Amino acid sequence: MSLDAPPKAIAGPSSFIDDRIGAGNFLKRNLRKVFPDHWSFLLGEIALYSFVILLLTGTFLTFFYKPGMGEVAYQGSYPPLVGVHMSEAYASTLHITFDVRGGLLIRQIHHWAALLFVAGMMVHMLRVFFTGAYRKPRELNWLIGVLLLTLALLEGLTGYSLPDDLLSGAGLRITQGVAISIPVVGTYISFFLFGGEYPGHDVISRFYSLHILLIPGILLALISAHLILMWVQKHTQMPGKGRTDTNVVGAPFYPSFMAKSGAYFLFTFGVLALLGTVAQINPIWLFGPYTPADISAGSQPDFYMGFLEGALRIMPAWEINFLGYTLPLSVLIPALVPMGIIMTGLALYPFAEQWITGDKREHHLADRPRNNPHRTSIGMAAITFYGVLWLLGANDWISAKFHIPLYTTTEIGRVAIFLGPALAYFVTYRLCIALQRRDADVVSHGVESGVIKRLPSGEYIEVHVPPAEDLVEHMRGKQPIPAITAGPDGEGIPSNGMRSPIGRVRAKLSQTYAADTEAISLDGHGNGHGAHETPPAAVGAGEDGQKSIGH
Amino acid sequence: MNSITARRRHPLARYAVLLLALSLLGGVYALLAPGGDRADAAIASGKADDVAAGKDLFAAHCASCHGLNAEGTYSSGGASGPSLIGVGAAAVDFQVSSGRMPFANPAPQAPRKRPPEWVNPTTVRQLAAYVQSLGGGPTKPSLEEVDPAKGDPAKGGELFRANCIQCHNFVGSGGGLTYGKYAPDLNPATPTQIYEAMATGPQAMPVFNDSTITPEQKRDMIAYIVTMREQTDPGGNGLGRIGPVTEGLVAWIAGIGLLILAAIWITAKKRQVTHD
Repeated sequence: MSLDAPPKAIAGPSSFIDDRIGAGNFLKRNLRKVFPDHWSFLLGEIALYSFVILLLTGTFLTFFYKPGMGEVAYQGSYPPLVGVHMSEAYASTLHITFDVRGGLLIRQIHHWAALLFVAGMMVHMLRVFFTGAYRKPRELNWLIGVLLLTLALLEGLTGYSLPDDLLSGAGLRITQGVAISIPVVGTYISFFLFGGEYPGHDVISRFYSLHILLIPGILLALISAHLILMWVQKHTQMPGKGRTDTNVVGAPFYPSFMAKSGAYFLFTFGVLALLGTVAQINPIWLFGPYTPADISAGSQPDFYMGFLEGALRIMPAWEINFLGYTLPLSVLIPALVPMGIIMTGLALYPFAEQWITGDKREHHLADRPRNNPHRTSIGMAAITFYGVLWLLGANDWISAKFHIPLYTTTEIGRVAIFLGPALAYFVTYRLCIALQRRDADVVSHGVESGVIKRLPSGEYIEVHVPPAEDLVEHMRGKQPIPAITAGPDGEGIPSNGMRSPIGRVRAKLSQTYAADTEAISLDGHGNGHGAHETPPAAVGAGEDGQKSIGH
Repeated sequence: MNSITARRRHPLARYAVLLLALSLLGGVYALLAPGGDRADAAIASGKADDVAAGKDLFAAHCASCHGLNAEGTYSSGGASGPSLIGVGAAAVDFQVSSGRMPFANPAPQAPRKRPPEWVNPTTVRQLAAYVQSLGGGPTKPSLEEVDPAKGDPAKGGELFRANCIQCHNFVGSGGGLTYGKYAPDLNPATPTQIYEAMATGPQAMPVFNDSTITPEQKRDMIAYIVTMREQTDPGGNGLGRIGPVTEGLVAWIAGIGLLILAAIWITAKKRQVTHD
């Protein structure tokens, strides 16, 4: 018997399975799949594992939760609410919290996991954006990601409303306010959603079905599609030694990546269990049951809805009255415009960038953010836009804790929402250029060694040593941003698409988008000091059949 | 036949009976009838001597803004204060015992602070007696009226949610108001101060007098506030008990922060540096 042969106990069952479902071939191909290694490639897994934990803890919660709006007098073990009238939903959440063994812990882990689910999606999305990993062929996966984020917000909103406490009721009231403010169909939507007048007796059970069945089902399907596409298309990798658009450098899925990924699941679970144990979240027993007449100071939504709250808070009280109909702009604009700008902007960005650069090639090497300064600046401007709104969602606490008059925070917010993104764009742009120059400096002159030499002439110089090879390779991975030109071709005739006004705008955008990057050369001896004379790199109209991008 | 029967025809007997009846009437009246304003104030807020002592304290510490006779002053840009005639002893006790008055720096609202050296229960009582003597007003509640143990926290919670949390937040952590004003944190306030605040409506707060919220209801609310503040948060650290704002901060800073550190840790490689 040879030592190479697998033991009988393993060989038997595995060939049984292999003969029937043919998994051996599949596993042979896929277990050795190579995954590139970079800490930021694990950020999406925060969301993935949080989702797994959400499913498990959520299932536990459904065992005890009652999605009813019938009125009951509380008779549980939390004294300050005994005898208080409340909905069955709220009473059962109190029951989970105080009378089910481990209920409070599971509730808290569920809520923290919800926050980390969305936060994990956001940091993952930012990583993908800033490294340009959404480029062809991954645009569809990017779109799935945007859809996942939107659904996660919806899932969070429905889950936040289920305990039917005073705070979630405030959120529900705003949701109803937004629904009813939509022209023409608003009242119908509101009556349909709530089964009559707000709050009615149906909304909790309806949100329950959405929260535990429909939205998680779609999320699960989309997450699977997201992962399969990632698997099939292979992961992008950071530029570096030996890494090209046609290979993947890293560790095989089994055992290396599997171990890391498994460890990361445990880390995520550990952090969530830690938070669920030491940090109290959503203390519904403090909020009290929902009655439409009551409202608490400092009523905020969970963080991912904070930007909508902020938009509502800084919006001036505008409305249009026309023929007896009211168009409440003060609700419609903050509810729809920031969400529209951010989600539509995210969804369209890969296609807008392709249109502007005319770049239809596949990309498997990630960009370093500094090497595409306009993209990075647009991203930072968007973060600032979102961040200002998010911050202003908590303006009452900023006002109370930092002793700033409330209206001052509102007024600052109204200015900052326009000025902040512009400023962020400018600062980021300059930082990217400066970092590129720094790279060029390192590549062409090496790094400071700390050794000072005195020349015979009396001059002091610092000895520079060549930088580590992997660093240089990483920096040299920079790729020029392609651009289309509006100029005439060899025969002196401008291409068809470029003659229209839109074509000219496109050419202008393209030139701007690609400017300032090729100028900073990393070839080690070129103009490493950031001269701006060199025109952008590639030429070609970017039309079909003219994909002549290169040098 | 006794001595009274013998003398009832005495010429002076009618005067004796009249005198007896008058003194009886006077005595009963003195026992039953409400006293005068001055006497009432002295009974409610301390001894009659307190008024004189309170007047001196008032002249020394309060008169620069409120006027020598508590009539109030106004000077644009300078120190000004409202008239205190009729605000009552409860208002004085609330403002001075919580350190809000004397007002140190002009601001939209007087903050709670450590009271100055001269403030102690005796001086506060004297000052309150003086202000009470000027025009009456709500008096300081007895300890029994504010005893949290005698209130019903569940009923108080419902009243608290209906009347207070719009400004003071769901557990009384406070909140922001307009023009630099704010609803203060209720946690440092004593039961007596909470009662007085409801009765007198200090600063931006409305008055909840006895016909709006009865003294028993006030005691229920005090019971709820005290129960909430003494409650150990069952879910771990309460994160300031101000709702989702701090939860979001913790999720990002602690949650995402720790997980990014973990990601960096498990993907870290030993750098291969070649020395030539």
